[in-house]
Amino acid sequence: MSGGIFFDIAAGAYIAAMITYIIYLVVRNKTVGLVASTITIAGFAFQSTALIIRWVNSYYFWMGSHPSSGLVEGLLRAAPLRNLYESLIFFVWSLILAHILVEFKYKIRSLGAFVTPLAASALLFIDISGTSKAIQPLIPALQSNWLLFHVLLSFLGYAAFGISFGAGAAYLITVTESRKEIPYIVGSVIVGIFMVVLIAMGIDFLSLSSADRAQMIQNHFLKTTLKSSSGGVAAASWVISIAFICAVWYFGLGLKKVLKSLSLTPAMLDDIAYKSIAVGFPLFTIGGLIMGAIWANSAWGKYWTWDPKETWSLITWFVYALYLHARFVGGWRGKRVAILAIIGFVAVVFTYLGVNLVLSGLHAYGSG
Amino acid sequence: MEENVTKDSAEKKDIFESIWKFLASIKLAIFTLMALALLSIVGTIVEQGAEPAQNIALLGKLFGEASAPTIYNIFANLGFMDMYGSWWYVGLLVLFSINLIVCSIDRFPKTWKVMNRPLRPLAEKAIKSLPIRKELTFKAKGNVARDEFYNALKSMRYKVLEANDEGSVQLYTQKGTYARLAVYVVHLSIILIFLGAIIGVRFGFKGYLNLIEGQASNVAYKSPTEKIPLDFTIKCNWYETAYYEGGDTPKEFSSELVILENGKEVVKKIIEVNDPLVYKGITFYQSNYGMLKEAQGYFVLTVIPSVGQEKTLWLKAGDTFEVPGTATKGTVIDFSPALTRDQNTGELTSYSENMVNPAVAIEFEESGKEPYKGWILKRYPETGILPGGNVIRFDDYWGVEYTGLQVAKDPGVWLIYLASIIMTLGLYICFFISHRKIWVQIRDEKKSVTVSVGASVNRNKIAFEREIEKLILHASESIEGRSKK
Repeated sequence: MSGGIFFDIAAGAYIAAMITYIIYLVVRNKTVGLVASTITIAGFAFQSTALIIRWVNSYYFWMGSHPSSGLVEGLLRAAPLRNLYESLIFFVWSLILAHILVEFKYKIRSLGAFVTPLAASALLFIDISGTSKAIQPLIPALQSNWLLFHVLLSFLGYAAFGISFGAGAAYLITVTESRKEIPYIVGSVIVGIFMVVLIAMGIDFLSLSSADRAQMIQNHFLKTTLKSSSGGVAAASWVISIAFICAVWYFGLGLKKVLKSLSLTPAMLDDIAYKSIAVGFPLFTIGGLIMGAIWANSAWGKYWTWDPKETWSLITWFVYALYLHARFVGGWRGKRVAILAIIGFVAVVFTYLGVNLVLSGLHAYGSG
Repeated sequence: MEENVTKDSAEKKDIFESIWKFLASIKLAIFTLMALALLSIVGTIVEQGAEPAQNIALLGKLFGEASAPTIYNIFANLGFMDMYGSWWYVGLLVLFSINLIVCSIDRFPKTWKVMNRPLRPLAEKAIKSLPIRKELTFKAKGNVARDEFYNALKSMRYKVLEANDEGSVQLYTQKGTYARLAVYVVHLSIILIFLGAIIGVRFGFKGYLNLIEGQASNVAYKSPTEKIPLDFTIKCNWYETAYYEGGDTPKEFSSELVILENGKEVVKKIIEVNDPLVYKGITFYQSNYGMLKEAQGYFVLTVIPSVGQEKTLWLKAGDTFEVPGTATKGTVIDFSPALTRDQNTGELTSYSENMVNPAVAIEFEESGKEPYKGWILKRYPETGILPGGNVIRFDDYWGVEYTGLQVAKDPGVWLIYLASIIMTLGLYICFFISHRKIWVQIRDEKKSVTVSVGASVNRNKIAFEREIEKLILHASESIEGRSKK
């Protein structure tokens, strides 16, 4: 049995949930909120099933080429966290899990309107980046017991950071009085850039033949629009992108009314942003940095080589360490720390995708 | 005169104090964290330790071709081309460590005092002004309320202290005091990581060694000219890349290594990626591999006759062998490391210089018959089945591949691992355990009892509030249950 259909149902459910959450934001009807939550949970159940099916299938796939493996070794090697596609799927799963936990703990639904778009963007990214969905044989470097724990904990950490990004952005909107405030400008421009890159990749995808799509990230990244070989197209793309970002900046503040009417207090959003970082930081430090270093040492004899992936995860760590210290000891509050939560997640996205898209390193396997 | 001296030392003390305060300050921490983050970004864009041309090309894209070489020189002189070892980056890391150490020393005594300050009962007024507080009234006796709150606290694993006053009892307790130390533990672990790294650099080495199949060496290399003597000999018996079926995705890179002491074999191990060989504190990792272009090796062929014993032959190019039980003779005439059929011309060619799909061509001769040539592919054993039912298996073309070993000695790595464990524990305690204090004042009124619950916590207030609610619910139910009887 293939898990593909369950993934598709889950993806559909998350996109439906996103729309319903946004409708809920606008109409503020309890039933609509309940529907949004139900769709999310159903999607989560489907995705969990799909993950288990994929894991089982991968297990038989691994055992087919390594018949002498034991059950535990087989399961460890088959954990569906081995390439870009699988890790993105797992990111979405962790993000939704974190969102469901927050929704139940804080009894607030409206955060879904900020978190589900992130999940939907990741799913969209999976589809348009043309990453292979087939179960692939595991290359020697990844045949380690550390793979499962390193990736699992890192991504749970990333998901927690994702929540703090959503909460930080929402916080910033609720406390901003005027569009000219610098924290608001920084926050809205970052969100705008995220959206522009995603849209530009979508255009790349649509303009490519299906054969070229497999190589889209490596060879065609943003080449249809912003990096087009035709000067006119490139210039127009830049103008449109800048206009788009300005629009995000201009209209973003419109969400303020909506958020206020939902009794999402700044204090609560600030607390959610902090709590998610308090959960994400240890997970990321242990799973991402420490386990990554131990694994690198057992595979290559070097626990730290300053390759771009390692350095970017260290940068991410610096930003969140900065957040925690500025908030607890430095007395930073409010907008300044919210901006740090947003920047921290930008560093996360860059660590995870940017390094593979823009830079390269030992982790080049991630681009397959 | 004397006055001047005291003034002088007071000034000195002032200077020392302000330097100390600066080194312990959060501002310095924020500055170093930001500076490290921003500078590290540059290090991921400019390729470190690369050929100048590469980075000049990169700078050309950013700043224009004309100014690129000048900008490159400025950057190179500032150390950006090898920045993680530059004086200013290392200096920042040193500053970061000093900041960590000084601020920990600066703050520790206060924390220690707070931790060891015995918990005291509080006046009712003080309880009512704590961050978490609740007031309850029960129609029950004071001792019943006291017993049930005592039990409820105990069942939540609090060690309860008690103070009696006229007409009132106070229960007070705390938990998780040690959590206040976690921050220092995390800071300590970071310092230990730096120490481990310094020990590794000072007393260890990172080198490499390429060994051709069959070759032995008693040195490794830091660079082509810089040797590291090993006090034993390491030999590579063979190297092999295994592939997944039906494609060229590598399944495993492995080498059989042997350690020789005074010519005697003491250790033999097949190493793989993620599974190195460790001997006398030196670790040999499977790092890469390659083919020697002009080398002449041995064709290892196993002849499996339809009847009788199989036999492994080691042949050089041009050698002839007999297929047992037949009058057929085979001669090794050609080799391809990666045989394929060209899709356009239909001719056989090699598509890689590495042994991705090794094949040997053998010419078979039988007296009186036309000689014929056949390719036997290592990865496709069915190509070795001969017309008479005999099989020739192509095991290896030995002696032409080398294994690339990463050779490392790092006596600091155990400290890194220890620090990692310490950091994991420290982070867990730091974020998930809090220092919680609870006071419960129970006062007998005429026909009822008033209970004031107050509590404070150093972090995770919401979770603690829930714990207090649970405590109150638990105790209230028991009190009401007992007073009904």
